[in-house]
Amino acid sequence: MRQFPYILQKELKDYFATPIAYIVITIFLVITGWFFFSTFFLYNQANLRNYFSLLPLIFSFVIPAVTMRLLAEELSRGSYELLLTMPVTFSDIIIGKFLAGLAMTAAMLAPTLAYPITVSFLGQLDWGPVLGGYLGALLLGGAFSGIGLFASSLTHNQIVAFIVGAAICLCLTLVNKMLFFFPESILNVVQYLGADYHFSNISKGIIDSRDLVYFLSLIAVSLYGTYLVLLQKD
Amino acid sequence: MIHVDNLTKFYDHFCAVDGISLDIHKGEILGLLGPNGAGKTTTLKMLTGYFRPCSGTIAVKDYNIVDHPLEIKQMIGYLPESSPFYKDLLVYDYLDYVARIRGVDPGERHTRIRYLAELCGLKPVLHKAVGELSKGLNQRVGLAHAMMRDPEILILDEPTQGLDPNQIVEIRNIIRRIGEEKTVIFSTHILSEAEATCDRIVIVNRGKIVADGKTEELKQSAAEGSSIEISLANASFEDVRERLEPIEGVDSIEKMEPAEEGCLTVKLACGAEMDKRAEIYRQIKATDWILLGMQQQKQTLETIFRDLTRQINKET
Repeated sequence: MRQFPYILQKELKDYFATPIAYIVITIFLVITGWFFFSTFFLYNQANLRNYFSLLPLIFSFVIPAVTMRLLAEELSRGSYELLLTMPVTFSDIIIGKFLAGLAMTAAMLAPTLAYPITVSFLGQLDWGPVLGGYLGALLLGGAFSGIGLFASSLTHNQIVAFIVGAAICLCLTLVNKMLFFFPESILNVVQYLGADYHFSNISKGIIDSRDLVYFLSLIAVSLYGTYLVLLQKD
Repeated sequence: MIHVDNLTKFYDHFCAVDGISLDIHKGEILGLLGPNGAGKTTTLKMLTGYFRPCSGTIAVKDYNIVDHPLEIKQMIGYLPESSPFYKDLLVYDYLDYVARIRGVDPGERHTRIRYLAELCGLKPVLHKAVGELSKGLNQRVGLAHAMMRDPEILILDEPTQGLDPNQIVEIRNIIRRIGEEKTVIFSTHILSEAEATCDRIVIVNRGKIVADGKTEELKQSAAEGSSIEISLANASFEDVRERLEPIEGVDSIEKMEPAEEGCLTVKLACGAEMDKRAEIYRQIKATDWILLGMQQQKQTLETIFRDLTRQINKET
């Protein structure tokens, strides 16, 4: 378990040596920037609540698009075989690739720091929710990267990996908005499963251990799931 | 060095490798030979630790592949069949990545890559993307990849496939040079290649080993036999057998596909000590058969290979 930094390094090189990273970051910035600033001046409030409330939905599509190639490409090209015949463990592969997904999320979020800075010039900005929001965004990005990686391990086909990953992420995002479909007895459980619910808690600036545990366990479960899938491949 | 015992691998219900046992010694160049689908690649993939065997054991030195896969993978350099590399990386970056994963010292990485580039003739393309390279250059990147950390064992899956004749000679020379001190196992379906490069040849068919021996020994045993193919008209197989089989030195007689329409073609397997053609001709002359053709074939490694792999395929 010492080789994962090299795998991470290689994945980042792949992202940034090809147009993938730049295209994804640009699309992400255009979408968030437009949604955020198109209503910002109407509300006339110096906060980023609007921006953060959109993030789970946007991440549900953007992050699976980033992670879909991580394993599916190796599997379809056959380079997975080469990788496995080198002295690396499954954990090296999974952690290296997961961190690459997380790093891409961070690279997407970094330019959006311009939003709070802009807003702080325009009015009194409360930095607490902003910091919470960015922490939450990283956790959410991590969880979705894990899910995307899991989806990518299931198939040789990147499109399938994207659709499966986006479907899972979208379910976790939307389940909170569909609570009225569920019987009252399981309402709490369903609500707890929703990523949106936990993210909105954190982005209010309240860092509750329940929300942290939720995101960390989502990461752990998806990475373990990936491990089990890789173990079965033969 | 490598001890393989009763290795078996199933794909669902298809048995790709069926109880292979092998002992490979240090410094040996072993050629794994067989027709397509014989189980060569599967065997090699199990040796590298990529596939898990369904049953049987593989031990390299004192390590078992199930308990110590990392130690074994560190000792083995592997060139897969289709050299699937990351197409977007530059050759140098790719080799650097391999060097890092293989744990080459940071100080030596650059010199090692330069050395391998020199050895494999990659110098002019170090700063090109891997995806832009031709098949032959790709294969060399694979060789450099396999030799990155000076492995004790090199496993090459059809290393000369898709190369032009000059490149084939070059790669063979490289293999032989490496084989002077390392153990090399490679698979091929080209006989002359195995004959020219290997110390030892193992022929597999349908997942089983059908021949295993030093190249020289196999060649020797091949030289001991010859076959004569005869085409006759106006004759039946039973009569021919009755007449020709008693000739001393004819081991067996077999009906073949007719060489042309309406004729009978038979193949006589003979020992190589004496030329039987004169005697056979005399026998035929005494009948009213019409001799359309007679051809003697010295048995070579190629005919042995064909017989060994074809016979079994016919039986099933």
